[in-house]
Amino acid sequence: MLIRKPDDIPSSEITPEPVYVNRREFVGKSAGIALGGAAGGALMGGVIGGALAGRPAAAAAQTGQVGQRDWSTVRSEMDEELTPFEDVTSYNNFYEFGTQKEDPARNAHTLEPRPWTIEVRGMCANPGVYGLEDFIQPGTMEDRIYRMRCVEAWSMVIPWYGFGLKDVIDRAEPLGSARYVEFRTLHDPVQMPGQRARVLDWPYVEGLRLDEARHPLTILATGVYGQDLPNQNGAPIRLVVPWKYGFKGIKSIVSMTFMEQEPYNTWKRTASYEYGFYANVNPEVNHPRWSQARERRLGEFRQRETLLFNGYVDQVAGLYAGMDLRVNY
Amino acid sequence: MREWISGSTTERTEPDRADPRPRSSARPVERRLNKKRRLLLLKGLVWLLGLAPLAWLIWRGLTDRLGANPIEQVQHRLGDIALITLLVTLSITPIRRLTGWNSLAPLRRPIGLFAFFYLTVHLIWYAVIDETLDFEFIIEDVVERPYILVGFTAWLLLIPLAITSTRGWIRRLKKNWRRLHRLVYVSTGLGVLHFYWQVKADTYWPIVAATVLAVLLLLRIRRRRRPIQGSLAD
Repeated sequence: MLIRKPDDIPSSEITPEPVYVNRREFVGKSAGIALGGAAGGALMGGVIGGALAGRPAAAAAQTGQVGQRDWSTVRSEMDEELTPFEDVTSYNNFYEFGTQKEDPARNAHTLEPRPWTIEVRGMCANPGVYGLEDFIQPGTMEDRIYRMRCVEAWSMVIPWYGFGLKDVIDRAEPLGSARYVEFRTLHDPVQMPGQRARVLDWPYVEGLRLDEARHPLTILATGVYGQDLPNQNGAPIRLVVPWKYGFKGIKSIVSMTFMEQEPYNTWKRTASYEYGFYANVNPEVNHPRWSQARERRLGEFRQRETLLFNGYVDQVAGLYAGMDLRVNY
Repeated sequence: MREWISGSTTERTEPDRADPRPRSSARPVERRLNKKRRLLLLKGLVWLLGLAPLAWLIWRGLTDRLGANPIEQVQHRLGDIALITLLVTLSITPIRRLTGWNSLAPLRRPIGLFAFFYLTVHLIWYAVIDETLDFEFIIEDVVERPYILVGFTAWLLLIPLAITSTRGWIRRLKKNWRRLHRLVYVSTGLGVLHFYWQVKADTYWPIVAATVLAVLLLLRIRRRRRPIQGSLAD
C-alpha cells in the first residue's frame, strides 16, 4: 500500500479570497432570486431580485488574510478551494452548544479553553495528566488542508493547524494488548449549556483503532486558518480524521484512554443501526435514511459525487483490507 | 387603522367613516357593512401573514443572510412554514368553537391554500435547486428514502384538496367534500413524520408538532362524540 507522507500533499495555490467570498454570496443571492422565481405567483421575489441583483459586493472588501498566512492562494491536494473561514466557523455540529448549525457560534463563548488539562490513561506505560502546552509538546505543528465530509451529506475543505496524533501516542507507550484509543469531550453543563438537554448521552465519546490513530493523516488540531481554534470548532484541541465522517472528529478533548475493547462511541450508542464505530466515508454504504452517494460542498450549487474514504483511498484503504465495509460501517 | 386598511381594498363600502355612535346601536345595514369590512380586514391580514415568510426568505437570500448552506436553509424553512401553516389551518375550527369567533371560518380556505403553496415550493426547491432536476436520483430518493416518500405522499394528498377548495366543488361534492377534506389530517400527520424522520437526534420540534396535531385531533374526536349542535358551516 502506498502511504503518502503528509508533506507530499501540496498546499498550493491561486484563488483570491474575494473571489470565493463572492461566490458564496452569489449562491446565497441566487437562492433568494431562485426562490422568488420558484414562487412564481409571488411578484415580490422577481421585483426585489431584479432591483437588487446588481448590488455591489460588500464582501469584496475582505482581504485574504486570516491569521498570519495569506490563505487566498491555498488549495487542497486535489486543487479544491478552501471553505471560507466565516463558513468553517459559523456552520458547526457541536451539540454541546445546541443542535442547530448556527448554535455553536452563538453559544460557545461560555467555554473556557484555557487553562485546559488532558488526561492520558488506560493501557499504557506512561499515563499522566498534562496541561495543554505540555500535552502537545511532542508534536510538530503544521497546516493540514483536509476535506471534511459530514454524515449529513455536506462537506468543506479546511486548513487545520495541528500535529500527528501518533506523536502523543508514542509518548504514552501503549501496552501490546492495547488495541484502541478512546477520547472524551469535556462534560460541564455550565461551560457547555447544550449538555443540559439530554439530546445525547454526555460526555461525547469517540475512538479509533490504534493503527487508525497512528496513521499519518490522523491529527489533533489546535487551530484552523493558522489561528487558535474558535470555541465552536472544538477549542482548545480536537481530533481530525479526514477519511471518516465528521462526527468522528471529537472536540474539546479532556481524556484519551488506551483500551483492549472497541470504544462505544456516542453516535453508535444513540442509534447503532445508523452510526457505527468505523464511520468511514463511503458512497456505497448509505445511511438508512439518506443516501451517501453525493454531498453538497458548501458554497457550491450542484452536489458532488462522494469519494470512497473521502478521497484518501490511496493512503488508508490498506487499513481495512479484508473487512466488509457494509458490516463495519 | 381599520379605515386605512379597508380603504385600501378594492371594494368601497363607504360611508360611515365618522359615525360616532357605538357599534351596538348601528342599524342592520351598517352592521352588515361592518361585518363585511371585518372580513376584508381579516382576509387582508391572512394574505399579509401568508406572504410574510416568503418575503422574509427572499430578503435573507438577497442580503446574504441564509448562512453557510443557503440551499439547505431555504429547504428547511419552507418545510417549517408549510407544516406550521397546515397546523394553523387545522386549528381554525377548534378556535372558532372555543371562542365563538365565527368570523374566522372563511379564513380556513386561504390559509389552507397558503400551506399547499409553501409545500409546493418546498418540493420544487428540493427537485430543482437541491437536486438540480437529476430525476434518476430524485426517483431513487422518493422510492428508497422513507422520509422523502412520506413527505411526497403528504403533498400528493393535498392536491385534490386544493383543487376542490372552490365554492363550486363544495356544492358539487356535498357531504363527500367534508369527507374528502379530512385527508388534511393524514397529510399533516405524514408531514410531522417526515420532519421527525430526518432529524439526527434532537426530536424536540417534531415532537412539539406531533403534540399540537394530537391535541387538534382530540378536540375533533371529542366534538364528534357529542350530539350534533347545528352548525352547517363546518
